[in-house]
Amino acid sequence: MPSAATATPAPDRSSGVLARLQRINWGRKTVIGVPFAFLVLFFSLPFLVVLKISVSEADGVQFKDLVDFADGTLTLRLKLANYQFLATDPLYLKTYVSSVIYAAANALICLFIGYPFAYFMTRARPTLRPILVMLVSLPFWTSYLLRIYAWKGLLDDNGVVNNFLLWAHIIDAPLKMMYTSFSMMIGMVYTYLPFMILPLYGTLVKADPRLLEAAGDLGTTPWKAFWLITVPLSKAGIIAGTMLVFIPSVGEYVIPELLGGPQTLMIARVLWNEYFQNVDWPMASAVAVIMVVLILLPLVLLNRYQNIDGRAEAAAARPGRAAA
Amino acid sequence: MAGTAGGVSPAALVGTAEGSGDAQFLRVDRLTKRFGEVAAVDDVSISIRKGEIFALLGSSGCGKSTLLRMLAGFETPTSGGIFLEGREISGLRPFERPINMMFQSYALFPHLTVWENVAFGLKRHRQPADRIKAQVDRMLGLVQLKPYAQRKPHQLSGGQQQRVALARSLALEPRLLLLDEPLGALDRKLRAQTQFELHSIIKNVGVTCVLVTHDQEEAMTMADRIAIMSAGGFVQVGPPREIYETPGSRFVADFIGTVNLFDGALVEDEPDHCIIETPVGRFYVGHGITGVKGQRLSVALRPEKIELSSVAPADTGSNCFKGRVLECAYFGATSLYRVMLSDATRLQVSVPNTERHGEVITVGSDVYATCTPDSLVVLVS
Amino acid sequence: MIGRLGKGWLWAGYAFLYIPIITLVVFSFNDSSMLSVWGGVSLRWYYALVADEQIQSAVWTSLKIAFFSASTAIILGTLAAFAISRYRRFAGRTTFLAHINAPLVVPEVITGLSLLLFFVACENFFGGVSLRGMLAIWIGHTSICTAYATVVIQARLTEVDRSVEEAAMDLGCRPFQVFYLIIVPSITQSLASAWLLTFTISLDDVVSTQFLMMPGTTTLPVLIFARARLGLDPMINAVATITVILVGTGVAVASLLLVRQERLRAEAQAAAYREAVLAARAG
Repeated sequence: MPSAATATPAPDRSSGVLARLQRINWGRKTVIGVPFAFLVLFFSLPFLVVLKISVSEADGVQFKDLVDFADGTLTLRLKLANYQFLATDPLYLKTYVSSVIYAAANALICLFIGYPFAYFMTRARPTLRPILVMLVSLPFWTSYLLRIYAWKGLLDDNGVVNNFLLWAHIIDAPLKMMYTSFSMMIGMVYTYLPFMILPLYGTLVKADPRLLEAAGDLGTTPWKAFWLITVPLSKAGIIAGTMLVFIPSVGEYVIPELLGGPQTLMIARVLWNEYFQNVDWPMASAVAVIMVVLILLPLVLLNRYQNIDGRAEAAAARPGRAAA
Repeated sequence: MAGTAGGVSPAALVGTAEGSGDAQFLRVDRLTKRFGEVAAVDDVSISIRKGEIFALLGSSGCGKSTLLRMLAGFETPTSGGIFLEGREISGLRPFERPINMMFQSYALFPHLTVWENVAFGLKRHRQPADRIKAQVDRMLGLVQLKPYAQRKPHQLSGGQQQRVALARSLALEPRLLLLDEPLGALDRKLRAQTQFELHSIIKNVGVTCVLVTHDQEEAMTMADRIAIMSAGGFVQVGPPREIYETPGSRFVADFIGTVNLFDGALVEDEPDHCIIETPVGRFYVGHGITGVKGQRLSVALRPEKIELSSVAPADTGSNCFKGRVLECAYFGATSLYRVMLSDATRLQVSVPNTERHGEVITVGSDVYATCTPDSLVVLVS
Repeated sequence: MIGRLGKGWLWAGYAFLYIPIITLVVFSFNDSSMLSVWGGVSLRWYYALVADEQIQSAVWTSLKIAFFSASTAIILGTLAAFAISRYRRFAGRTTFLAHINAPLVVPEVITGLSLLLFFVACENFFGGVSLRGMLAIWIGHTSICTAYATVVIQARLTEVDRSVEEAAMDLGCRPFQVFYLIIVPSITQSLASAWLLTFTISLDDVVSTQFLMMPGTTTLPVLIFARARLGLDPMINAVATITVILVGTGVAVASLLLVRQERLRAEAQAAAYREAVLAARAG
């Protein structure tokens, strides 16, 4: 009969460097280490460089050293002028605020359009639903650059919409729609709508229809049941969708650049211009640092809040140890 | 199961140290597992005989699954040791132990066929191809799944999947087989039939087996010995009959089956009998206990050991209680009566319906419940 | 059932999503280069596309970078997803999670700028070796793509039945064998969708590519962006139409395959159940 036991002996418990090396779980360290090392090297380290440059004095193409040791004195030279400027200049402040406002408006509009959309998708016939999902995914997979460009063609003075309105004699002169907040917001909503619909759909489709039946049985109107049951239960999807839309919108560059105008102040454009047009690397870096702080801070707080929330839930849900 | 044509026998590899022998085939020595402050398994010791089917029975959270996982190697003990055929195995990883487990969810590899699932372990141990084929065919024959060899798990029913899981766990001819709630995922009808088959296959193969379950019936029908577990420890260990008929504590008496419990005081204690006085009446037990007069203790009486009659018996001094029938549940083969006794205690009585149109005790009528002295069990704790 | 409001809302929504795409496609066949004039149907812009060498090389560069970025990203993403879902506790787990998720949250202008300044600093430090260009773009894309890949793969990994892995170990598999014999086959579908997702993201990337590229080599989105900034260009419409057709076909085929796979699986399970019932009845 074939042997069943393996031929490996019991692990060697001797101490010694080699044995200790053997016992380290190399597999585990590699699995964690490789992606970690890559991201530290190409994500965190670069950011430290940005931080350093934001407080450096430009010296032609290079930067003056931050730390100087001469004549027995250690000098640390941090040029904070950029930060001072950013903190006090009204235009920069306005730009930061306006970026957040645009992003929030984007998220709200997407939610307002997207939630009913996802909801009605779940109410469709089960055989129809995969097609509906596919039709939402298609724009998602198509290059967003091309789709934004499409709006240029639509909203231009010479564009499709104006031509149609003129042809239908609804207007006499072309409407100035391009390079305004309006055109930019249309572009933003257009781009991010699938990011709101898909997570919402994912959450809503898992909802138990029997809950609504129970509510109806207990005398709730469909309208009320929607607000009392469906919406609260889809909270996770709402949060996911809102975050997926809001966070990237704050730092959006392409849409404001192609569809927005001089009045649509977005912080990503500021950074870009500082680097590419003004070639002011320290300033661009300072803008970047502040952007990161402004984005990460609420996220860290949100994360902490979620952790506390999660821990409380876990503690409540843990079953008591079996009694005799 | 003898003969090692060219292969190395597991016994030779594991080694037989002194202190092992068939009676201590598997020995668990003061095994403890802590998760933080809580001890899931608390100082457990047991010896299991070779070829025995040993059941760990308890409700959820009692530690039985943790103990099983420590035997398999998926949890490391906080302290204590596990000895298989005399050799310490608690330091070995799961793939180094000559132990195989059948999982509650079956854990069949979804991307492999039935044949490949059963052959998996043999391939990992680098058995030659012809041996693998012979062994897999033999296993599939054992569980009667030969025609399904090329199917994938999702093309099988629940019962069939279970048999594949069993065949797979037996393919390596392990020294110890672990079963985690083997019948838990099956529906009622299938369960009864499968219990039988499973028991017979395991006994046929002759492998020592530890099984974990929360289902009393499963434990009672399948195991040679049962260990009742609670809060990480063994409360009582013994053959099913002993556990049922001679529970050692209130907990065990209450845990297994249904039982009527009466609290009272010891009035008389002789070598051949003892008398316990309780609020509902006097119990005359057919054996003596070494106790102190006036000692408080309990009497356990199983529902099937009680006789009901509408006429009073000859001797109403002890083991006879008058009451009123509160309700009757008809189960076809038996009827379950709830009788209200003098001090508002409810007595549960199970009466077999031996006659089709026998004497029917009606609800609301007065009855006399009697039992024999040997049917009573005295519990101290 | 949807009701009239629902139907109307869905129709309006899909119209909103698709009318821009449809106009793109329609005007790619416009003989005139002006939007206000319909010059008749013609393929001239497609011919111009084929003749435009700049676009050809840009497409080729984009495809190369996207392929390598996607492939690297799913390797790193699988490792990261594995670490997150399997190793509940290890030193620096929070930092690790932060690093994995950061590219999803930090705007691309920042990641692009920081990576560029980092490479410049390295150039100055190590003396003159330029790291910009394809290599830098590949690294930049991989960071972002890894984050997305991790999310997709981790979602599937947490679903995989852990007891199957334990069963494999119980039967003699060492941990690494468990990984490639059991886990990888179970997640092939999410690996494929992660690869496609990251391929698309890389192919579409404008911002960090712009920071990291060298003059002389350009990618397709950067080229389109440059031209789009200047004004309307019907060749872009042609590119868009080709993209839409390719993507549309891909999405349709993938959806059909998925639906078919689900149906086959459900049928197989139903057949097994019916068999079992018949067998039980027979004896």
